[in-house]
Amino acid sequence: MLQLTNVSKLFHPGSPDEKIALVNVNLHLKPGDFVTVVGSNGAGKSTLMNMISGVLKPDVGEVRIDGNEVSHLIEHQRSRWIGRVFQDPMAGTAPNMTIEENLAMAYSRGKRRGLGLGITASRRTLFRNQLSRLGIGLENRLRAKVGTLSGGERQALSLLMATFTRPQILLLDEHTAALDPARAELVTKLTQSIVSEMNLTTLMVTHNMEQAIRLGNRLIMMDKGRIILDVNEAKKKTLTIEELLGEFERISGHKLSDDRVVLG
Amino acid sequence: MVNSLIGAIESGLLYALMALGVYITFRILDFPDLTVDGSFTTGGAIAAVMITKGADPLTATLLACCGGVLAGTVTGLLHTKGRINGLLSGILMMIALHSINMRILGKPNIALLGEKTIFSSISPLWLMPFVVLAIKLLLDLFFKTNLGLALRATGDNKRMIRSFGAHTDTTIILGLSLSNGLVALSGALIAQQSQFADISSGIGMIVIGLASVIIGEAILGARTVFFATLAAVVGSIVYRMVVALALRIEWFEQTDLKLITAVIVIIALVLPSIQRSSKQRALGRKRSSEIAGTYGKNTGIGGGR
Repeated sequence: MLQLTNVSKLFHPGSPDEKIALVNVNLHLKPGDFVTVVGSNGAGKSTLMNMISGVLKPDVGEVRIDGNEVSHLIEHQRSRWIGRVFQDPMAGTAPNMTIEENLAMAYSRGKRRGLGLGITASRRTLFRNQLSRLGIGLENRLRAKVGTLSGGERQALSLLMATFTRPQILLLDEHTAALDPARAELVTKLTQSIVSEMNLTTLMVTHNMEQAIRLGNRLIMMDKGRIILDVNEAKKKTLTIEELLGEFERISGHKLSDDRVVLG
Repeated sequence: MVNSLIGAIESGLLYALMALGVYITFRILDFPDLTVDGSFTTGGAIAAVMITKGADPLTATLLACCGGVLAGTVTGLLHTKGRINGLLSGILMMIALHSINMRILGKPNIALLGEKTIFSSISPLWLMPFVVLAIKLLLDLFFKTNLGLALRATGDNKRMIRSFGAHTDTTIILGLSLSNGLVALSGALIAQQSQFADISSGIGMIVIGLASVIIGEAILGARTVFFATLAAVVGSIVYRMVVALALRIEWFEQTDLKLITAVIVIIALVLPSIQRSSKQRALGRKRSSEIAGTYGKNTGIGGGR
Protein backbone atom coordinates (compact mmCIF):
# COMPACT_ATOMS: atom_id res chain seq x y z
CA MET A 1 0.00 0.00 0.00
CA LEU A 2 2.71 2.43 1.04
CA GLN A 3 6.29 1.87 0.07
CA LEU A 4 9.30 4.07 0.80
CA THR A 5 12.52 2.93 -0.81
CA ASN A 6 15.93 4.30 0.19
CA VAL A 7 14.47 7.70 1.04
CA SER A 8 16.94 10.36 2.19
CA LYS A 9 16.45 14.03 2.96
CA LEU A 10 18.85 16.77 4.02
CA PHE A 11 17.82 20.18 5.28
CA HIS A 12 19.94 23.19 4.24
CA PRO A 13 22.47 21.03 2.35
CA GLY A 14 25.94 22.51 2.16
CA SER A 15 25.28 25.22 4.75
CA PRO A 16 26.56 25.28 8.34
CA ASP A 17 23.00 24.38 9.41
CA GLU A 18 23.00 21.17 7.39
CA LYS A 19 20.85 18.62 9.12
CA ILE A 20 20.20 15.00 8.30
CA ALA A 21 16.46 14.46 8.39
CA LEU A 22 16.15 10.99 6.86
CA VAL A 23 18.82 8.49 5.82
CA ASN A 24 18.07 5.49 3.63
CA VAL A 25 14.65 4.90 5.06
CA ASN A 26 12.89 1.79 3.84
CA LEU A 27 9.36 1.25 4.97
CA HIS A 28 6.63 -0.94 3.59
CA LEU A 29 3.05 -0.86 4.88
CA LYS A 30 0.62 -3.59 3.91
CA PRO A 31 -3.05 -2.70 3.40
CA GLY A 32 -4.70 -2.36 6.80
CA ASP A 33 -1.44 -1.93 8.72
CA PHE A 34 -1.69 0.43 11.69
CA VAL A 35 1.87 1.47 12.52
CA THR A 36 2.82 3.64 15.48
CA VAL A 37 6.02 5.71 15.25
CA VAL A 38 8.08 6.74 18.27
CA GLY A 39 11.46 8.42 18.57
CA SER A 40 13.43 11.25 20.11
CA ASN A 41 13.29 14.91 19.18
CA GLY A 42 14.53 15.48 15.65
CA ALA A 43 14.49 11.78 14.83
CA GLY A 44 12.77 12.50 11.53
CA LYS A 45 9.23 11.44 12.41
CA SER A 46 7.60 14.61 11.11
CA THR A 47 9.87 14.64 8.05
CA LEU A 48 8.72 11.10 7.33
CA MET A 49 5.09 12.23 7.47
CA ASN A 50 5.78 15.27 5.27
CA MET A 51 7.63 13.07 2.81
CA ILE A 52 4.61 10.79 2.46
CA SER A 53 2.06 13.60 2.21
CA GLY A 54 4.13 15.51 -0.33
CA VAL A 55 4.89 18.63 1.74
CA LEU A 56 8.55 17.65 1.22
CA LYS A 57 10.14 15.75 -1.62
CA PRO A 58 12.93 13.23 -1.08
CA ASP A 59 16.49 14.14 -2.19
CA VAL A 60 17.04 10.46 -2.97
CA GLY A 61 14.69 7.49 -3.13
CA GLU A 62 11.09 6.99 -4.07
CA VAL A 63 7.66 6.94 -2.49
CA ARG A 64 4.91 4.68 -3.81
CA ILE A 65 1.28 4.72 -2.80
CA ASP A 66 -0.91 1.84 -3.92
CA GLY A 67 1.65 1.03 -6.61
CA ASN A 68 1.80 4.59 -7.97
CA GLU A 69 5.13 6.37 -7.90
CA VAL A 70 4.26 9.71 -6.28
CA SER A 71 7.69 11.25 -5.50
CA HIS A 72 7.17 13.99 -8.07
CA LEU A 73 3.63 14.89 -7.00
CA ILE A 74 3.01 17.80 -4.67
CA GLU A 75 0.73 17.80 -1.65
CA HIS A 76 -2.62 18.63 -3.19
CA GLN A 77 -2.08 16.07 -5.94
CA ARG A 78 -1.37 13.29 -3.44
CA SER A 79 -4.25 14.27 -1.21
CA ARG A 80 -6.58 11.99 -3.11
CA TRP A 81 -4.84 9.04 -1.41
CA ILE A 82 -3.91 10.59 1.90
CA GLY A 83 -5.91 11.77 4.89
CA ARG A 84 -4.00 13.66 7.52
CA VAL A 85 -4.61 14.95 11.03
CA PHE A 86 -2.13 17.44 12.42
CA GLN A 87 -1.01 17.98 16.01
CA ASP A 88 -2.41 21.50 16.13
CA PRO A 89 -6.22 21.34 16.44
CA MET A 90 -6.30 24.63 14.48
CA ALA A 91 -4.52 23.11 11.50
CA GLY A 92 -7.04 20.61 10.18
CA THR A 93 -10.16 22.76 9.93
CA ALA A 94 -11.17 26.19 8.60
CA PRO A 95 -12.22 28.18 11.71
CA ASN A 96 -14.36 30.83 10.04
CA MET A 97 -16.44 28.33 8.14
CA THR A 98 -19.24 26.17 9.48
CA ILE A 99 -19.02 22.50 10.42
CA GLU A 100 -21.04 21.48 7.37
CA GLU A 101 -18.91 23.63 5.05
CA ASN A 102 -15.77 22.01 6.43
CA LEU A 103 -17.25 18.58 5.88
CA ALA A 104 -18.28 19.52 2.33
CA MET A 105 -14.67 20.43 1.56
CA ALA A 106 -13.47 17.12 2.98
CA TYR A 107 -16.11 15.36 0.93
CA SER A 108 -14.70 16.90 -2.28
CA ARG A 109 -11.31 15.26 -1.76
CA GLY A 110 -10.11 13.67 -4.99
CA LYS A 111 -13.00 15.14 -6.97
CA ARG A 112 -12.97 18.09 -9.36
CA ARG A 113 -14.15 21.18 -7.53
CA GLY A 114 -16.72 22.73 -9.83
CA LEU A 115 -19.76 24.91 -9.51
CA GLY A 116 -21.99 22.30 -7.90
CA LEU A 117 -23.39 23.30 -4.52
CA GLY A 118 -21.15 22.21 -1.65
CA ILE A 119 -24.04 21.47 0.66
CA THR A 120 -27.17 19.73 -0.57
CA ALA A 121 -29.99 18.13 1.42
CA SER A 122 -28.68 14.62 0.82
CA ARG A 123 -25.13 15.59 1.76
CA ARG A 124 -26.40 17.27 4.91
CA THR A 125 -28.09 14.03 5.98
CA LEU A 126 -24.85 12.17 5.32
CA PHE A 127 -22.86 14.74 7.33
CA ARG A 128 -25.29 14.48 10.22
CA ASN A 129 -25.04 10.68 10.27
CA GLN A 130 -21.27 10.74 10.15
CA LEU A 131 -21.05 13.38 12.90
CA SER A 132 -23.34 11.41 15.18
CA ARG A 133 -20.77 8.59 15.12
CA LEU A 134 -18.39 10.89 17.01
CA GLY A 135 -20.89 10.94 19.85
CA ILE A 136 -20.15 14.51 20.96
CA GLY A 137 -23.29 16.21 19.69
CA LEU A 138 -21.76 17.97 16.70
CA GLU A 139 -24.58 16.64 14.50
CA ASN A 140 -26.86 19.26 16.07
CA ARG A 141 -24.46 22.12 15.37
CA LEU A 142 -23.97 21.82 11.61
CA ARG A 143 -24.11 25.58 11.10
CA ALA A 144 -21.80 26.51 13.98
CA LYS A 145 -18.47 28.01 12.98
CA VAL A 146 -15.65 25.56 13.65
CA GLY A 147 -13.72 28.30 15.46
CA THR A 148 -16.28 28.11 18.28
CA LEU A 149 -15.50 24.44 19.02
CA SER A 150 -13.10 23.25 21.71
CA GLY A 151 -9.72 21.75 20.77
CA GLY A 152 -10.96 18.20 21.37
CA GLU A 153 -14.09 18.73 19.29
CA ARG A 154 -12.04 20.23 16.48
CA GLN A 155 -9.62 17.33 16.55
CA ALA A 156 -12.47 14.80 16.46
CA LEU A 157 -13.93 16.70 13.51
CA SER A 158 -10.50 16.77 11.81
CA LEU A 159 -10.27 13.01 12.22
CA LEU A 160 -13.69 12.53 10.69
CA MET A 161 -12.84 14.88 7.82
CA ALA A 162 -9.53 13.13 7.15
CA THR A 163 -11.15 9.72 6.95
CA PHE A 164 -14.43 10.80 5.37
CA THR A 165 -13.62 9.63 1.85
CA ARG A 166 -11.78 6.52 3.01
CA PRO A 167 -8.23 7.50 2.04
CA GLN A 168 -5.70 4.80 1.14
CA ILE A 169 -3.40 6.12 3.83
CA LEU A 170 -4.14 7.92 7.08
CA LEU A 171 -1.36 10.01 8.64
CA LEU A 172 -1.77 10.99 12.28
CA ASP A 173 0.87 13.44 13.42
CA GLU A 174 0.71 13.43 17.25
CA HIS A 175 -2.91 14.33 16.87
CA THR A 176 -3.72 13.93 20.55
CA ALA A 177 -0.64 15.68 21.95
CA ALA A 178 -2.22 19.12 22.30
CA LEU A 179 -5.31 17.87 24.16
CA ASP A 180 -5.94 17.36 27.85
CA PRO A 181 -5.88 13.68 28.96
CA ALA A 182 -9.64 13.11 28.89
CA ARG A 183 -10.09 14.60 25.43
CA ALA A 184 -6.96 12.85 24.18
CA GLU A 185 -8.47 9.56 25.31
CA LEU A 186 -11.73 10.33 23.50
CA VAL A 187 -9.90 11.13 20.26
CA THR A 188 -7.73 8.01 20.67
CA LYS A 189 -10.83 5.83 21.07
CA LEU A 190 -12.40 7.43 17.99
CA THR A 191 -9.19 6.85 16.06
CA GLN A 192 -9.19 3.18 17.00
CA SER A 193 -12.79 2.62 16.03
CA ILE A 194 -12.60 4.55 12.74
CA VAL A 195 -9.35 2.90 11.67
CA SER A 196 -10.56 -0.62 12.42
CA GLU A 197 -14.03 -0.02 10.97
CA MET A 198 -12.68 1.29 7.67
CA ASN A 199 -9.60 -0.92 7.77
CA LEU A 200 -7.37 2.09 7.00
CA THR A 201 -3.65 1.82 6.43
CA THR A 202 -2.41 4.14 9.15
CA LEU A 203 0.83 5.72 10.29
CA MET A 204 0.64 7.41 13.69
CA VAL A 205 3.39 9.46 15.30
CA THR A 206 3.06 9.68 19.08
CA HIS A 207 5.00 10.74 22.14
CA ASN A 208 2.90 8.54 24.33
CA MET A 209 4.79 5.25 24.76
CA GLU A 210 1.84 3.48 26.33
CA GLN A 211 -0.36 4.54 23.39
CA ALA A 212 2.30 3.48 20.90
CA ILE A 213 2.31 -0.02 22.35
CA ARG A 214 -1.44 -0.32 22.88
CA LEU A 215 -2.56 0.86 19.43
CA GLY A 216 -1.92 -0.68 16.06
CA ASN A 217 -0.31 -3.87 14.85
CA ARG A 218 3.25 -2.68 14.39
CA LEU A 219 5.63 -0.20 16.02
CA ILE A 220 8.67 1.50 14.55
CA MET A 221 11.24 3.53 16.41
CA MET A 222 13.29 6.27 14.79
CA ASP A 223 16.53 8.01 15.73
CA LYS A 224 18.67 10.48 13.79
CA GLY A 225 16.80 9.99 10.54
CA ARG A 226 16.86 6.19 10.66
CA ILE A 227 14.37 3.50 11.51
CA ILE A 228 16.24 1.66 14.26
CA LEU A 229 13.61 -0.77 15.46
CA ASP A 230 10.62 -2.46 13.86
CA VAL A 231 8.36 -4.42 16.21
CA ASN A 232 5.84 -6.82 14.70
CA GLU A 233 2.39 -7.63 16.00
CA ALA A 234 3.28 -10.72 18.00
CA LYS A 235 6.21 -9.10 19.79
CA LYS A 236 4.27 -5.89 20.33
CA LYS A 237 1.58 -7.66 22.36
CA THR A 238 4.00 -8.50 25.14
CA LEU A 239 6.13 -5.36 24.89
CA THR A 240 6.39 -3.12 27.94
CA ILE A 241 7.43 0.52 28.15
CA GLU A 242 10.61 -0.42 30.05
CA GLU A 243 11.60 -2.92 27.37
CA LEU A 244 10.93 -0.34 24.67
CA LEU A 245 13.09 2.31 26.34
CA GLY A 246 15.77 -0.30 27.05
CA GLU A 247 15.83 -1.34 23.41
CA PHE A 248 16.20 2.27 22.39
CA GLU A 249 19.21 2.81 24.67
CA ARG A 250 20.83 -0.44 23.58
CA ILE A 251 20.57 0.29 19.85
CA SER A 252 21.16 4.05 19.78
CA GLY A 253 23.62 4.22 22.64
CA HIS A 254 21.82 7.12 24.32
CA LYS A 255 18.72 7.69 26.37
CA LEU A 256 15.45 8.56 24.65
CA SER A 257 15.64 12.33 24.92
CA ASP A 258 12.31 13.88 24.45
CA ASP A 259 11.00 16.56 26.74
CA ARG A 260 7.45 15.71 25.80
CA VAL A 261 7.62 11.98 26.07
CA VAL A 262 4.76 10.46 28.03
CA LEU A 263 5.25 7.04 29.52
CA GLY A 264 1.55 6.39 29.90
CA MET B 1 -29.38 68.23 0.63
CA VAL B 2 -31.79 65.63 -0.74
CA ASN B 3 -30.12 65.90 -4.11
CA SER B 4 -26.68 65.28 -2.69
CA LEU B 5 -27.99 62.24 -0.78
CA ILE B 6 -29.56 60.79 -3.91
CA GLY B 7 -26.28 61.43 -5.70
CA ALA B 8 -24.51 59.61 -2.87
CA ILE B 9 -26.78 56.58 -3.20
CA GLU B 10 -26.19 56.52 -6.94
CA SER B 11 -22.42 56.62 -6.76
CA GLY B 12 -22.50 54.30 -3.73
CA LEU B 13 -24.20 51.68 -5.88
CA LEU B 14 -21.71 52.17 -8.70
CA TYR B 15 -18.75 51.86 -6.33
CA ALA B 16 -20.42 48.91 -4.56
CA LEU B 17 -19.10 46.54 -7.23
CA MET B 18 -15.59 47.76 -6.46
CA ALA B 19 -16.25 47.24 -2.73
CA LEU B 20 -17.40 43.66 -3.45
CA GLY B 21 -14.15 43.10 -5.30
CA VAL B 22 -12.13 44.41 -2.37
CA TYR B 23 -14.20 42.22 -0.02
CA ILE B 24 -13.14 39.13 -2.00
CA THR B 25 -9.42 39.82 -1.70
CA PHE B 26 -9.26 41.56 1.67
CA ARG B 27 -11.72 39.46 3.66
CA ILE B 28 -12.04 36.14 1.84
CA LEU B 29 -8.51 35.62 0.54
CA ASP B 30 -6.91 37.66 3.33
CA PHE B 31 -4.79 39.30 0.64
CA PRO B 32 -4.62 43.13 0.60
CA ASP B 33 -4.54 43.61 -3.15
CA LEU B 34 -3.35 47.01 -4.37
CA THR B 35 -3.90 46.11 -8.02
CA VAL B 36 -7.30 47.71 -7.47
CA ASP B 37 -5.89 51.24 -7.84
CA GLY B 38 -4.73 50.36 -11.34
CA SER B 39 -7.47 48.01 -12.51
CA PHE B 40 -10.21 50.52 -11.64
CA THR B 41 -8.67 52.99 -14.09
CA THR B 42 -8.11 50.19 -16.61
CA GLY B 43 -11.83 49.47 -16.58
CA GLY B 44 -12.72 53.13 -17.13
CA ALA B 45 -10.07 53.53 -19.82
CA ILE B 46 -11.10 50.49 -21.87
CA ALA B 47 -14.79 51.44 -21.72
CA ALA B 48 -14.15 55.11 -22.60
CA VAL B 49 -11.83 54.39 -25.53
CA MET B 50 -14.16 51.77 -27.00
CA ILE B 51 -17.21 53.99 -26.62
CA THR B 52 -15.53 56.98 -28.28
CA LYS B 53 -14.52 54.64 -31.12
CA GLY B 54 -18.22 53.82 -31.54
CA ALA B 55 -18.47 50.45 -29.82
CA ASP B 56 -21.66 49.24 -28.20
CA PRO B 57 -21.59 50.44 -24.54
CA LEU B 58 -22.50 46.99 -23.17
CA THR B 59 -19.70 45.31 -25.14
CA ALA B 60 -17.31 48.03 -24.02
CA THR B 61 -18.32 47.50 -20.37
CA LEU B 62 -17.91 43.72 -20.55
CA LEU B 63 -14.49 44.04 -22.22
CA ALA B 64 -13.45 46.51 -19.52
CA CYS B 65 -14.38 43.84 -16.99
CA CYS B 66 -12.19 41.33 -18.86
CA GLY B 67 -9.30 43.79 -18.66
CA GLY B 68 -9.64 43.73 -14.87
CA VAL B 69 -9.78 39.92 -14.83
CA LEU B 70 -6.52 39.86 -16.79
CA ALA B 71 -4.82 42.32 -14.41
CA GLY B 72 -5.92 40.22 -11.41
CA THR B 73 -4.63 37.06 -13.05
CA VAL B 74 -1.20 38.62 -13.54
CA THR B 75 -1.05 39.75 -9.90
CA GLY B 76 -2.04 36.22 -8.89
CA LEU B 77 0.67 34.68 -11.07
CA LEU B 78 3.29 37.07 -9.66
CA HIS B 79 2.32 36.08 -6.13
CA THR B 80 1.86 32.32 -6.55
CA LYS B 81 4.21 31.26 -9.34
CA GLY B 82 6.72 34.10 -8.94
CA ARG B 83 6.59 33.79 -5.13
CA ILE B 84 6.55 37.58 -4.72
CA ASN B 85 5.07 38.91 -1.49
CA GLY B 86 1.34 39.62 -1.93
CA LEU B 87 1.47 43.30 -1.10
CA LEU B 88 4.43 43.80 -3.44
CA SER B 89 2.78 41.89 -6.30
CA GLY B 90 -0.15 44.28 -6.06
CA ILE B 91 2.08 47.36 -5.95
CA LEU B 92 4.10 46.17 -8.96
CA MET B 93 0.94 45.52 -10.92
CA MET B 94 -0.52 48.88 -9.91
CA ILE B 95 2.57 50.73 -11.17
CA ALA B 96 2.72 48.69 -14.38
CA LEU B 97 -0.97 49.33 -14.99
CA HIS B 98 -0.43 53.08 -14.76
CA SER B 99 1.68 52.97 -17.95
CA ILE B 100 -0.69 50.50 -19.59
CA ASN B 101 -3.68 52.70 -18.77
CA MET B 102 -1.89 55.68 -20.28
CA ARG B 103 -1.31 53.63 -23.44
CA ILE B 104 -4.98 52.67 -23.58
CA LEU B 105 -6.22 56.21 -23.02
CA GLY B 106 -3.57 57.86 -25.22
CA LYS B 107 -3.96 61.06 -23.15
CA PRO B 108 -4.62 61.68 -19.46
CA ASN B 109 -8.33 62.33 -19.89
CA ILE B 110 -11.06 61.24 -22.30
CA ALA B 111 -14.49 62.92 -22.28
CA LEU B 112 -17.62 60.93 -23.06
CA LEU B 113 -19.94 63.93 -23.42
CA GLY B 114 -22.62 63.25 -25.99
CA GLU B 115 -21.53 59.63 -26.51
CA LYS B 116 -24.01 56.79 -26.17
CA THR B 117 -23.35 55.03 -22.85
CA ILE B 118 -25.19 52.39 -20.83
CA PHE B 119 -26.81 55.19 -18.88
CA SER B 120 -28.04 57.10 -21.97
CA SER B 121 -31.40 55.37 -21.91
CA ILE B 122 -31.73 54.45 -18.21
CA SER B 123 -30.62 56.34 -15.12
CA PRO B 124 -28.03 54.61 -12.91
CA LEU B 125 -30.42 55.05 -10.01
CA TRP B 126 -32.90 52.72 -11.72
CA LEU B 127 -30.45 50.25 -13.25
CA MET B 128 -27.78 49.86 -10.58
CA PRO B 129 -29.88 48.42 -7.72
CA PHE B 130 -30.72 45.43 -9.94
CA VAL B 131 -27.19 45.00 -11.25
CA VAL B 132 -25.65 45.21 -7.78
CA LEU B 133 -28.24 42.89 -6.24
CA ALA B 134 -27.80 40.33 -9.03
CA ILE B 135 -24.01 40.33 -8.71
CA LYS B 136 -24.20 40.16 -4.91
CA LEU B 137 -26.55 37.15 -5.04
CA LEU B 138 -24.45 35.42 -7.70
CA LEU B 139 -21.38 35.88 -5.51
CA ASP B 140 -23.23 34.45 -2.50
CA LEU B 141 -24.19 31.45 -4.58
CA PHE B 142 -20.68 31.02 -5.93
CA PHE B 143 -19.24 30.96 -2.41
CA LYS B 144 -21.48 28.01 -1.63
CA THR B 145 -20.23 25.88 -4.52
CA ASN B 146 -17.41 23.39 -4.06
CA LEU B 147 -15.05 25.77 -5.83
CA GLY B 148 -16.28 28.74 -3.79
CA LEU B 149 -15.79 26.83 -0.53
CA ALA B 150 -12.21 26.01 -1.57
CA LEU B 151 -11.62 29.70 -2.31
CA ARG B 152 -12.91 30.71 1.12
CA ALA B 153 -10.83 28.03 2.82
CA THR B 154 -7.74 29.32 1.01
CA GLY B 155 -8.04 32.54 2.99
CA ASP B 156 -9.03 30.75 6.18
CA ASN B 157 -6.63 27.81 6.37
CA LYS B 158 -4.37 27.15 3.35
CA ARG B 159 -2.72 24.09 4.82
CA MET B 160 -6.03 22.41 5.52
CA ILE B 161 -7.56 22.92 2.09
CA ARG B 162 -4.33 21.78 0.42
CA SER B 163 -4.50 18.56 2.40
CA PHE B 164 -7.95 18.06 0.89
CA GLY B 165 -6.66 18.41 -2.63
CA ALA B 166 -7.40 22.00 -3.65
CA HIS B 167 -4.57 23.80 -5.41
CA THR B 168 -4.31 27.06 -3.47
CA ASP B 169 -2.37 28.77 -6.28
CA THR B 170 -5.37 28.28 -8.54
CA THR B 171 -7.87 29.52 -5.98
CA ILE B 172 -5.76 32.62 -5.21
CA ILE B 173 -5.49 33.48 -8.92
CA LEU B 174 -9.20 32.87 -9.35
CA GLY B 175 -10.08 35.14 -6.42
CA LEU B 176 -7.81 37.93 -7.63
CA SER B 177 -9.19 37.85 -11.18
CA LEU B 178 -12.77 37.79 -9.96
CA SER B 179 -12.06 40.71 -7.64
CA ASN B 180 -10.31 42.86 -10.22
CA GLY B 181 -12.97 42.03 -12.82
CA LEU B 182 -15.56 43.56 -10.48
CA VAL B 183 -13.31 46.55 -9.78
CA ALA B 184 -12.79 47.21 -13.50
CA LEU B 185 -16.53 46.82 -14.09
CA SER B 186 -17.13 49.45 -11.44
CA GLY B 187 -14.52 51.71 -13.11
CA ALA B 188 -16.21 51.30 -16.49
CA LEU B 189 -19.62 52.19 -15.06
CA ILE B 190 -18.27 55.21 -13.16
CA ALA B 191 -16.61 56.50 -16.34
CA GLN B 192 -19.94 56.26 -18.18
CA GLN B 193 -21.89 57.90 -15.38
CA SER B 194 -19.45 60.78 -14.91
CA GLN B 195 -18.88 60.94 -18.68
CA PHE B 196 -15.12 60.97 -18.56
CA ALA B 197 -12.22 58.61 -17.90
CA ASP B 198 -9.16 59.93 -16.13
CA ILE B 199 -5.73 58.40 -15.62
CA SER B 200 -5.79 59.26 -11.91
CA SER B 201 -9.34 58.08 -11.18
CA GLY B 202 -8.15 54.91 -9.40
CA ILE B 203 -5.80 56.54 -6.91
CA GLY B 204 -6.76 55.61 -3.36
CA MET B 205 -9.47 53.24 -4.58
CA ILE B 206 -8.23 50.37 -2.39
CA VAL B 207 -8.66 52.48 0.74
CA ILE B 208 -12.18 53.53 -0.31
CA GLY B 209 -12.97 49.85 -0.88
CA LEU B 210 -11.61 48.93 2.55
CA ALA B 211 -13.57 51.76 4.15
CA SER B 212 -16.77 50.51 2.52
CA VAL B 213 -16.21 46.92 3.63
CA ILE B 214 -15.34 47.94 7.18
CA ILE B 215 -18.18 50.48 7.57
CA GLY B 216 -20.65 47.93 6.24
CA GLU B 217 -19.42 45.26 8.66
CA ALA B 218 -19.69 47.69 11.56
CA ILE B 219 -23.35 48.29 10.66
CA LEU B 220 -24.48 44.80 9.58
CA GLY B 221 -21.87 42.39 10.88
CA ALA B 222 -20.42 39.60 8.77
CA ARG B 223 -21.85 36.44 10.29
CA THR B 224 -22.35 34.79 6.92
CA VAL B 225 -21.25 35.47 3.36
CA PHE B 226 -24.76 36.79 2.66
CA PHE B 227 -24.39 39.51 5.30
CA ALA B 228 -20.75 40.21 4.45
CA THR B 229 -21.50 40.95 0.78
CA LEU B 230 -24.57 42.95 1.77
CA ALA B 231 -22.32 44.86 4.18
CA ALA B 232 -19.90 45.75 1.37
CA VAL B 233 -22.79 47.19 -0.69
CA VAL B 234 -24.36 49.07 2.22
CA GLY B 235 -20.93 50.24 3.37
CA SER B 236 -20.23 51.67 -0.07
CA ILE B 237 -23.47 53.69 -0.02
CA VAL B 238 -22.96 54.88 3.57
CA TYR B 239 -19.40 55.89 2.74
CA ARG B 240 -20.65 58.11 -0.11
CA MET B 241 -23.25 59.65 2.22
CA VAL B 242 -20.64 60.40 4.85
CA VAL B 243 -18.46 62.01 2.18
CA ALA B 244 -21.39 64.05 0.84
CA LEU B 245 -22.18 65.30 4.34
CA ALA B 246 -18.53 66.01 5.14
CA LEU B 247 -18.19 68.09 1.99
CA ARG B 248 -21.08 70.27 3.11
CA ILE B 249 -18.96 71.45 6.00
CA GLU B 250 -17.39 74.61 4.63
CA TRP B 251 -14.00 74.11 6.18
CA PHE B 252 -13.34 70.81 4.30
CA GLU B 253 -11.83 70.88 0.82
CA GLN B 254 -12.50 68.27 -1.87
CA THR B 255 -8.82 67.29 -1.61
CA ASP B 256 -9.20 66.42 2.09
CA LEU B 257 -11.32 63.43 1.09
CA LYS B 258 -8.50 60.90 1.00
CA LEU B 259 -7.31 61.95 4.44
CA ILE B 260 -10.85 61.58 5.80
CA THR B 261 -11.11 58.14 4.19
CA ALA B 262 -7.78 57.02 5.62
CA VAL B 263 -8.82 58.20 9.09
CA ILE B 264 -12.12 56.31 8.83
CA VAL B 265 -10.26 53.11 7.93
CA ILE B 266 -7.69 53.58 10.69
CA ILE B 267 -10.37 54.12 13.33
CA ALA B 268 -12.33 51.13 12.06
CA LEU B 269 -9.24 48.90 12.19
CA VAL B 270 -7.94 50.03 15.58
CA LEU B 271 -11.20 50.27 17.51
CA PRO B 272 -12.24 46.58 17.42
CA SER B 273 -8.88 45.35 18.71
CA ILE B 274 -8.92 47.85 21.60
CA GLN B 275 -12.49 46.83 22.42
CA ARG B 276 -11.57 43.17 22.29
CA SER B 277 -8.59 43.42 24.60
CA SER B 278 -10.42 45.53 27.19
CA LYS B 279 -13.35 43.10 27.08
CA GLN B 280 -10.94 40.16 27.51
CA ARG B 281 -9.35 41.84 30.53
CA ALA B 282 -12.72 42.57 32.12
CA LEU B 283 -13.85 38.99 31.53
CA GLY B 284 -10.55 37.66 32.89
CA ARG B 285 -10.93 39.72 36.09
CA LYS B 286 -14.52 38.59 36.55
CA ARG B 287 -13.79 34.91 35.97
CA SER B 288 -10.70 34.81 38.18
CA SER B 289 -12.58 36.40 41.08
CA GLU B 290 -15.37 33.85 40.58
CA ILE B 291 -12.92 30.97 40.52
CA ALA B 292 -11.14 32.26 43.61
CA GLY B 293 -14.54 32.44 45.34
CA THR B 294 -15.56 28.87 44.53
CA TYR B 295 -12.21 27.46 45.63
CA GLY B 296 -12.63 28.99 49.08
CA LYS B 297 -16.18 27.66 49.43
CA ASN B 298 -15.58 24.12 48.17
CA THR B 299 -12.51 23.35 50.23
CA GLY B 300 -13.10 25.49 53.25
CA ILE B 301 -9.50 26.69 53.09
CA GLY B 302 -9.02 30.29 54.03
CA GLY B 303 -12.59 30.78 55.21
CA GLY B 304 -13.97 30.41 58.70
CA ARG B 305 -11.01 31.82 60.56
